[in-house]
Amino acid sequence: MSFVLVQVIVGGLLLGAVYALFSSGLTLVWGMMNIVNFAHGDFVMLGMYVAFVVFTLFGVGPLAGAPLATLLLATLGVVVYFGLIRDIMKGPMLAQILGTFGLALLLRYSVFWWFGANFLSLPQNIVGGTFAIFGLRIEASRLLAGAVALLVTLGLHLLLTRTSLGSKMLAVAEDSTAAQLMGIRPDTMQAIAWAIAAGATGLAGALIATFFYIVPTVGETLGIVAFVTVSLGGFGSVPGALVAGLLIGVIESLSGYLIGAVYKDIVVYALFLFFLWFRPQGLMGKA
Amino acid sequence: MKFRRFLGLFCAAVISAALAGQGSDSAAAEDKVVKIGAVFPMTGGAASAGVHAKYAIEVAMDIINNAHPELGDFPLAKNAGLAGLGGAKVDVVFADNQGSPATGQNQALRLITEEKVVALTGAYQSGITLTASAIAERYSIPFVNGESVAANLTERGFKWFFRTTPIASDFAKIYYEFLTDMKAAGAKTDNVALVHDNTEYGTSVAGTITSAFKEKGLAITLDVAYAVNATDVQSQVLQLKEKNPDVVIMISYTSDAILFSKTMQALDYKPPMIVADDSGYSDPSFIKAVGKISQGTFNRSSWSVGPPGSPTAIIADLYKKKSGDEMDDTAAREMQGFFVLVDAIDRAGSTELAKIQAALKATDLKPEQLMMGYKGVKFDDKGQNILASGVIIQLQDGENYVSVWPKASAAKAPIVPYKGW
Repeated sequence: MSFVLVQVIVGGLLLGAVYALFSSGLTLVWGMMNIVNFAHGDFVMLGMYVAFVVFTLFGVGPLAGAPLATLLLATLGVVVYFGLIRDIMKGPMLAQILGTFGLALLLRYSVFWWFGANFLSLPQNIVGGTFAIFGLRIEASRLLAGAVALLVTLGLHLLLTRTSLGSKMLAVAEDSTAAQLMGIRPDTMQAIAWAIAAGATGLAGALIATFFYIVPTVGETLGIVAFVTVSLGGFGSVPGALVAGLLIGVIESLSGYLIGAVYKDIVVYALFLFFLWFRPQGLMGKA
Repeated sequence: MKFRRFLGLFCAAVISAALAGQGSDSAAAEDKVVKIGAVFPMTGGAASAGVHAKYAIEVAMDIINNAHPELGDFPLAKNAGLAGLGGAKVDVVFADNQGSPATGQNQALRLITEEKVVALTGAYQSGITLTASAIAERYSIPFVNGESVAANLTERGFKWFFRTTPIASDFAKIYYEFLTDMKAAGAKTDNVALVHDNTEYGTSVAGTITSAFKEKGLAITLDVAYAVNATDVQSQVLQLKEKNPDVVIMISYTSDAILFSKTMQALDYKPPMIVADDSGYSDPSFIKAVGKISQGTFNRSSWSVGPPGSPTAIIADLYKKKSGDEMDDTAAREMQGFFVLVDAIDRAGSTELAKIQAALKATDLKPEQLMMGYKGVKFDDKGQNILASGVIIQLQDGENYVSVWPKASAAKAPIVPYKGW
């Protein structure tokens, strides 16, 4: 295997880990409540801007920016749940779709209004530069994002499968009436799910901001990838989102290098559709 | 329940009113105000460019609508308003093309049919100028473009489309002559790679450069196409690193340009020479974000500030006050296109569409009447300015571009190889 090919694959894995990072929250919400959160990409965008503001005001990098972004976005998640989601869940499907879509536009254009359309950036190498391992170039910022992606996936998975809180959340997802009969309040569980999911996007955004440009429309760009990742991984499966993300990253990277960059999206989506045809529930979703 | 119902109906009414309420002014106001439409990207990947275009045109409006004696004989500056129309003011209605050709077309249609504009300008992205001007042609509305360079825009046999900027074929010629001079000075320029997006702009400019170079006997050794608004360009940079061309010509909008610069630094790739085809690389956002790691990038430009007290320096100053940024080549070209359009309306002495078209056809501006470094403005029968020209500039310190070629108008000597960071 040629050396450049190894670099391409490593790059693909790091890219895929980033995709997994910001998709982890989406699968939780989608799997639990059947709500497609079209504003997911824009939550990540907000996380990026929080990191930028923290840097501009206090001169600190993601060490302070990431926790703050997580907290702020988690709060936003709760507010959005009680303010919007809880009511539109009672409505027809169209209302649900348009509701979160409208939220996405509201968030995006508020940021446009406040920050303007200019591309912003955190300083190059705020986390650390690029280092070489056996001649392979690895960006410290992407490596950090990848490591955090693994930790978040592990954390969420353990939360859902090993804790009583997780069991309660899954119970509400399975049958909210029965859960109520068992003394679990669906409202609280769903609000917690939203808080966790939104917090994850805040964390993702703050870390991605260390190597990606910051602009209000970045949510659009990343949002689509999040949906594909979650669908491929299986709704509600957090480990599935990780595996799917990594897979998509590597396929994208390889096809971009071997076939040509214009075709990499075609390859990814063609394989994605083909896979879903065989296995509609995704890689690790429940049938 | 009754209050909720009322509230719901009230909200619906307010929204309907807001959506419908962009009604046109009464006919009586037409004589005093000349309405011009401007379609630009206010959102999307090129939003920064669109926002700067808006600033540029607003500065131009200020110069036209108010008396600016300090600009001397610069067209339309001396008096307040348009002398040819009895002091009528110019009003520009901006529309957002959202980076999409379909939206740009719809916005142009809305400006023509609802806002009743007498002329259009825009739309930055060649692919969107294509569709927006097609609508203008159908409605016989003059469309003056100042900045889109795809060659085919003036190859459609349109009678209402005019373009003031130099185009891809002009730049291909400039790049070739520049590379030939650099070769004579000792640089290696035999292997040229093109990196471009898959929009009308990227594809047609790449095509134009390839055929122009081929005619002169210089083949393009690598053509890297990528999908616009990329999330990741590592594979493309690795391809370049492997092939190791002598010259890389970048044809990208802002977000992709920033991504390429960052990725090149991450993968430690420094081509011996990078020539950027304006657009993304001239955007102030690009310089702010990655200027320091892109030192030595060559670029094309038709704008230079000029000595203090000159009209161009005063205009640059007004622009800086309005936008907070230095005037860049793209914003300047847009502004020039707008001035040419309004100058034609002024000469026509009327807002009758056919008269504006005739005045545009008869345009013959001399270099001293322009803010750009063109040799003049004169349209051929395809609507293209045959006197457009440009120079090569270089981002030597990572913060400002300086002119480096041709030697006669160079402020500094070109520096090779590419420094990067």
